[in-house]
Amino acid sequence: MKMTGAQIILECLKREGVRHIFGYPGGAVIDLYDELTRTPEIKHYLVRHEQAAVHAADGYARASDKVGVALVTSGPGATNTVTGIASAYMDSIPIVVFTGQVPTQLIGNDAFQEVDIVGITRPCTKHNYLVTDIHNLARTIHEAFYIARSGRPGPVLVDLPKNIQQASIKPEFPKEIKIKSYQPTLHANPRQVKRALEVILEARQPVLYTGGGIIHANASDELIRFAEALQIPVTSTLMGLGGFPGVHPLWLGMLGMHGTYAANMAVSQSDVLIAVGARFDDRVTGRLDAFAPHAMIIHIDVDPSSISKNVVVHIPIVGDCKDALHQLNNLVAQEAPRDWALERQEWLEKIRSWNKKHPLKYQKSKEVIKPQFVVEKLWEVTGGDAYITTEVGQNQMWAAQFFKFKRARQFMTSGGLGAMGYGFPAAMGVQVAKPDATVIDIAGDGSILMNIQELTTVVENNLPVKIAILNNNYLGMVRQWQQLLYDRRYSSTDLSAQPDFVKVAEAFGAVGLRATKPEEVEPVIRQAMATPRPVVMDFVVDREECVMPMVPPGKATHEMLLA
Amino acid sequence: MNPGKHVRRHTISVWVDNQPGVLSRVTGLFSGRGFNIESLCVAETMDPEVSRITLVTSGDEQIIEQIIKQLRKLINTVKVVDLSELEHVEREMALVTVKAEDKSRAEVLRIADIFRCRVVDVSPTTYTLEITGTHEKLEAVLGLLKIHGILDVVRSGALAIQRAKKD
Repeated sequence: MKMTGAQIILECLKREGVRHIFGYPGGAVIDLYDELTRTPEIKHYLVRHEQAAVHAADGYARASDKVGVALVTSGPGATNTVTGIASAYMDSIPIVVFTGQVPTQLIGNDAFQEVDIVGITRPCTKHNYLVTDIHNLARTIHEAFYIARSGRPGPVLVDLPKNIQQASIKPEFPKEIKIKSYQPTLHANPRQVKRALEVILEARQPVLYTGGGIIHANASDELIRFAEALQIPVTSTLMGLGGFPGVHPLWLGMLGMHGTYAANMAVSQSDVLIAVGARFDDRVTGRLDAFAPHAMIIHIDVDPSSISKNVVVHIPIVGDCKDALHQLNNLVAQEAPRDWALERQEWLEKIRSWNKKHPLKYQKSKEVIKPQFVVEKLWEVTGGDAYITTEVGQNQMWAAQFFKFKRARQFMTSGGLGAMGYGFPAAMGVQVAKPDATVIDIAGDGSILMNIQELTTVVENNLPVKIAILNNNYLGMVRQWQQLLYDRRYSSTDLSAQPDFVKVAEAFGAVGLRATKPEEVEPVIRQAMATPRPVVMDFVVDREECVMPMVPPGKATHEMLLA
Repeated sequence: MNPGKHVRRHTISVWVDNQPGVLSRVTGLFSGRGFNIESLCVAETMDPEVSRITLVTSGDEQIIEQIIKQLRKLINTVKVVDLSELEHVEREMALVTVKAEDKSRAEVLRIADIFRCRVVDVSPTTYTLEITGTHEKLEAVLGLLKIHGILDVVRSGALAIQRAKKD
């Protein structure tokens, strides 16, 4: 039977198990949108800006462990996706973005709404395609999904010229994938794993430093088992939060620029550092030569290019985190039993004393709402079970510090790219994936305005996302740097000119609530949680609160400023 | 980059899918990550679906390791070999038009002869020579010809091939 390109594309999506997509129509994808009206198996969410479609697909992918899908038109539709794609690339999130393109015979002619999106996104996608022959369409889409989710996951873009969507052929849908030039190493080399374990068993002050790889590989259980078996304390990057329970006795808190004192001290004094699915980002390491200076470094990562990129690694292990940890656990089980609690007592005691000396803390107040207090209350009221997304800046760091994530895939943030405007559309995507869950975007008053138009989308689809704005009338993190490093010259960071967020919410058809005093915080949260509709909570917080501790840029992690 | 570290020239062979856009993925990777390309040659292999890129770059050990890993990470990359780590033969080529008048006419020819260059074009006042050899040989010949006046020169990147096993 003959099928049009548009029909083939949607058939491919069905075969990939896609149930939800986020998008915005236009001239170059009008055939696909027409076909969508005859495809009840796929629900399309109409966003109000293409960037939001990609962030939503990203949030959806993180929450559901499936590939997220966005669909946009050519030209401006395509260029608007770039921030979302770059964010997914930095955070290794599996999404496939379909862009319309002008007909193949017009490509290169500066046609209306033409842009070389394959060229533009080459450095920020895992891979991308321009389909120029309808016979390659089904195979290309199958490859795109496979590449997006396998190995180190990432975004893949497929550019679809209009005439390809309109042409007809008798299609063949490939079942198998054969890409001779792409075969990620998943199985960790057992000899390397064994070598690593020998070093770990000798360690006196070991630390597990975990990242987003734990989440992508669904390796939480293996990580917990390994850490508990050998009583090794665990710290994680922003991307790894939730991969190890935030309430576990071996949990050190996040490390890095706004990490805990205990985590940064433990890493800097460790003798063996076991990095799992993390990439030694500059926000984590601080001054490189002072990062874990005494440690033998073991690095498990599915991406060989992450190993020894920033820090020279002593024992590299290329492979899936889950596979490598599973092998480690099996080897540990074969070892003669040792009393690890006793052997580790001194090290864990040292860590406890750091924690006691400088815990995460803030000046409590009865007069003014402290932003950290709001995050603590959100945690309390939701029992720590909510899905949390964040925007970028202080709101993101306070969420990371004060919301104790219980499990993987509970926390979504634009970690690598740091894209303001991520949190709200991502929350939308999470809510689509988890319709019955509580989903909260912890936002700042700056970030929320970057994708505020999506209030229409959540209202239209009755996605009961909750937004908690920590409203300090400042672009808070930049203001904090200006305060601490630029002698309080607040250049363009005063955001006092802002809309009334309660009225904004109402104008869009959502619910708006406001708290201006500490005692109003909990009632507002409770009311929001009891409202089965989208709610914007405007928390008017202490204007000049800083995120502490802080490792100033260029300093070593043990040289942090404390609260 | 990293002062103190040992920076060396490396010749790297990269087999890639012979498709439009693949070369720009490779060159984009170098510019995007701040690596440096000294020269580049690309052509189809015996398998028309695969092209082979020979590129020359320089950096310390860690940078070269990153370059190779990043090249391997590209979906269209079939294979990457650092030929500098292996026994290999390397050749570059140059076409050069040199001023050759009166006395210098014989001298230019003598240089061409010593270095086994071929004369590919002649005019009353110039010779155009084809020179092949290693990077060092080309530098040497061009250095000598410069004295006589080089009017135009075009150089290829390096081509390199691994030596066959002799046993």
